[in-house]
Amino acid sequence: MTKSILIEKVAEKVEGLTRNQTEIVVDTVFDSIKKALMSGEKIEIRGFGNFRLKARKPRMARNPKTGESVEVPGKKVLYFKVGKALREAINTDQKP
Amino acid sequence: MTKADLVDAIFEKLGLSKKEAQDIVEILFDTMKQTFAEGESIKISGFGTFNVRKKMARRGRNPKTGEDLEITPRRVITFRVSNQLKEEIEKLSA
Repeated sequence: MTKSILIEKVAEKVEGLTRNQTEIVVDTVFDSIKKALMSGEKIEIRGFGNFRLKARKPRMARNPKTGESVEVPGKKVLYFKVGKALREAINTDQKP
Repeated sequence: MTKADLVDAIFEKLGLSKKEAQDIVEILFDTMKQTFAEGESIKISGFGTFNVRKKMARRGRNPKTGEDLEITPRRVITFRVSNQLKEEIEKLSA
């Protein structure tokens, strides 16, 4: 499912909300999450999951071609942890 | 940041009541949840992809008691960040 189909589905469920307004809602949600992440905040969506940046330490690695040691700098990666309610939902409402 | 902050952001963007904004946020996450429950993945361009993956039953062990047990087949969600967002995050840590 893509974002545009998600927008359509949500628009169908909310009476009086246009497709355009729904698009603004969906964009606002993901943009807000993004902004919060970039400012170092953790995002907790109860029942859905948490988003946060995890730090990866710098490490030594080797160039496999030359055998030369190189330092891979540390970086941050986005980590999503599935919430308990969501984890349970995907394992109980299974369609045959 | 919690759902309440998302509700506020929507409340400020659209001329809706707090209650309406709240309901819409709930419906959005519920719709995503239902989609995952049907085994379908969701791709949000510029953000990332939530994939639903099936795991088969496998033998495991209770690390506390050392007891052998079967880990039941289950579904898990993996999140893959979009290239665009990944680059933005990498710039941040540079």
